[in-house]
Amino acid sequence: MMNTQNKFGPDVALKPEDWVPLSDIRTAASSEIAGKGRSSKSRDWKEIGVRVVVPVTGVVAALMIGAVFLLILDANPVSAYAAMVRGALGSRFGLTQMLVKATPLLLVGLGISIAFRASCINIGGEGQMIAGALMATWFPLAATNLPGFVVVPLTIILGFAAGALWGFVPGILKARYAVNEILTTIMMNSIALQLMNFLLQGPLMDPKGIESGTYLAQSARIPDPARLARIVPQTMLHSGIFLALILAVVVYIFLWRTTIGYRIRAVGLNPDASRYSGINVRFNQALSLTLAGGLAGIAGAVEVIGVQYRLLEGLTSGYGFAGIVAALLGWLHPIGLIPASIFFGGLLVGADTMQRAVQVPSALIGAILGLVVLFVSGSGIWTQRWIRKIRSESGLEGQR
Amino acid sequence: MNQLLNAGVIIGMLNTMLILATPFLFAALGETFSQNSGVVNLGVDGIMLLSAFGAFYAVLTTGSLLLGILAAAFVGVVMGLMMSFVSVTLKAEQGVSGIGLQMFGLGMSSLLFKVLVGTVRTVKGFPTVSIPLLSRIPVFGPILFEHSILVYIAFALVPISWWVLERTTVGLTIKAVGQNPAAADSRGINVNLVRYLCVTFGAVMAAMAGASLSISSLNLFQDNLTAGQGFIAVALVYFGGWTPVGVMFGALIFSIANSLQLWLQVLGVPIPASLANMLPYLLTILVLAFSSRRGRRPAALNKPFIRGEA
Repeated sequence: MMNTQNKFGPDVALKPEDWVPLSDIRTAASSEIAGKGRSSKSRDWKEIGVRVVVPVTGVVAALMIGAVFLLILDANPVSAYAAMVRGALGSRFGLTQMLVKATPLLLVGLGISIAFRASCINIGGEGQMIAGALMATWFPLAATNLPGFVVVPLTIILGFAAGALWGFVPGILKARYAVNEILTTIMMNSIALQLMNFLLQGPLMDPKGIESGTYLAQSARIPDPARLARIVPQTMLHSGIFLALILAVVVYIFLWRTTIGYRIRAVGLNPDASRYSGINVRFNQALSLTLAGGLAGIAGAVEVIGVQYRLLEGLTSGYGFAGIVAALLGWLHPIGLIPASIFFGGLLVGADTMQRAVQVPSALIGAILGLVVLFVSGSGIWTQRWIRKIRSESGLEGQR
Repeated sequence: MNQLLNAGVIIGMLNTMLILATPFLFAALGETFSQNSGVVNLGVDGIMLLSAFGAFYAVLTTGSLLLGILAAAFVGVVMGLMMSFVSVTLKAEQGVSGIGLQMFGLGMSSLLFKVLVGTVRTVKGFPTVSIPLLSRIPVFGPILFEHSILVYIAFALVPISWWVLERTTVGLTIKAVGQNPAAADSRGINVNLVRYLCVTFGAVMAAMAGASLSISSLNLFQDNLTAGQGFIAVALVYFGGWTPVGVMFGALIFSIANSLQLWLQVLGVPIPASLANMLPYLLTILVLAFSSRRGRRPAALNKPFIRGEA
């Protein structure tokens, strides 16, 4: 059962067989078995090319439709998209901001990838981020006399725990009662949001806001020692990006080098075969959702201690949903997710600039992102066909 | 708490319950057809939002309620075809494409609202129609027979949907496609066509749900008007065991929780609004947990059909 793991060479991160987009998950079982062993370098690179070109084409197509919207809105699409590129790549602030936004996307996307690998769809990133952010606000405010090297790791661990709890509930409900996780994760989003609203209007509200009578729905600022260091002066870039990158490697090792990770992937590839070979499918699905929640919880905690320094409404900025897009673009692969979330972070930063440059409502970006999701998820069929063609040309998998 | 036991309050609460249940009924009954054919359309919320705006804007500019309904239906058809194309023809993962559709609907409705309307404005929506005689019945009259026409239609659709799904060839065909597409295919049924029709019908129903919010119960539009009601509607289909009657009970249970929550706030019962808002979601999760093993799940739910593959 475990022998597949030994066949990986040192360039293991680039093995395209491991990059299984969603729609492939069911058919991938065959490639997982057939594709190994007889791989050639040039075929590998061709397949990687396909997996980059097809989804990027989807993104471009969505942006083209966005250009039509811009024309209708009386804005010049060329100057709008030029502003987008300039905003993301044209300045030190833009570049760092791209990484600031990539950090939560990567963290959430890692969790979503783990869950998807066990064929669980986690739409609960928003709620799990909020759960993590709540802990990351409460703990530093409560434990004020701890030094930084104690309070920061503890805060991150607590954020993980809170997010994991938020993922555990849908996980256990799926495992014990076969409740659809898509629905429960969405419900858990609403519950987290209401809980945050309650705490921000009550127990966690900034005492200064109460004194001055503004009653802003935000918490007090967390003390200095609990904050993540800023790594580029005069920018928002904080050390959370390193944490996210390290965790990407950790998740990679977890999924491809450990027995538990192997089981999670086996469950996603073929639940029946996994069950017959003695893998506890339900346990592994619940575990994958719990871990997904934990990673999103870290994303929420990092937003508090790295960016905002306090809890406030809109803290999650839709990263919980955008993380799904990033995960899709990154082939649900921890290493593929790194460029995908940086690209997507750049898209978000550029969108802000574009919005200011051509004066269109930011909602346009939301609509375009929706199209990105539709196109990228719909483009999977071409990725599959193309790869099948490459494989049959190189004598692998003649049938499918 | 005394106030809660007052007859007038209870009547008001139950009346509100039926109004609140209406969008859920439209959307969830449509989704019942979609899911019985094997397609989970998670984009219901996005369809509701964009069609709610379409209906609202048509009524705002023309004053015609009929044009409002037609505008919503048009949005429903277009978005239903989008979802069908991506999920049925392109065989995308339905959970993900639905989220894409939701994001599109949310963004697009908010964009159009900002550009075309700008500020919150109200429209003259469907009036309350008191059914002669019946509305005079004490207690039941004011609860059941003092509503806008869309409320009556939504509830009338429950037995109609049941009849279509359980007692007609159309219903049998739909369920065959959802239970065993390969067998349906070998009997000469066009699986993908049935799915296109069901998803698009479901989307038009979701559009009616949106219209029932913007031109019947609330008579306004604002950003994210539905606040996730479309997702609840999808959950209700699971809760209802893929049957119209089950869906109706789900919608009523959810709406009574919501109605109670609203009336508690109206009456000034000292419960923080945000905690009361949680109640319907907690209840939905509990109800899903206790009901999930019931009902016959369409065997091919969420699975694209590829001829030649079991």
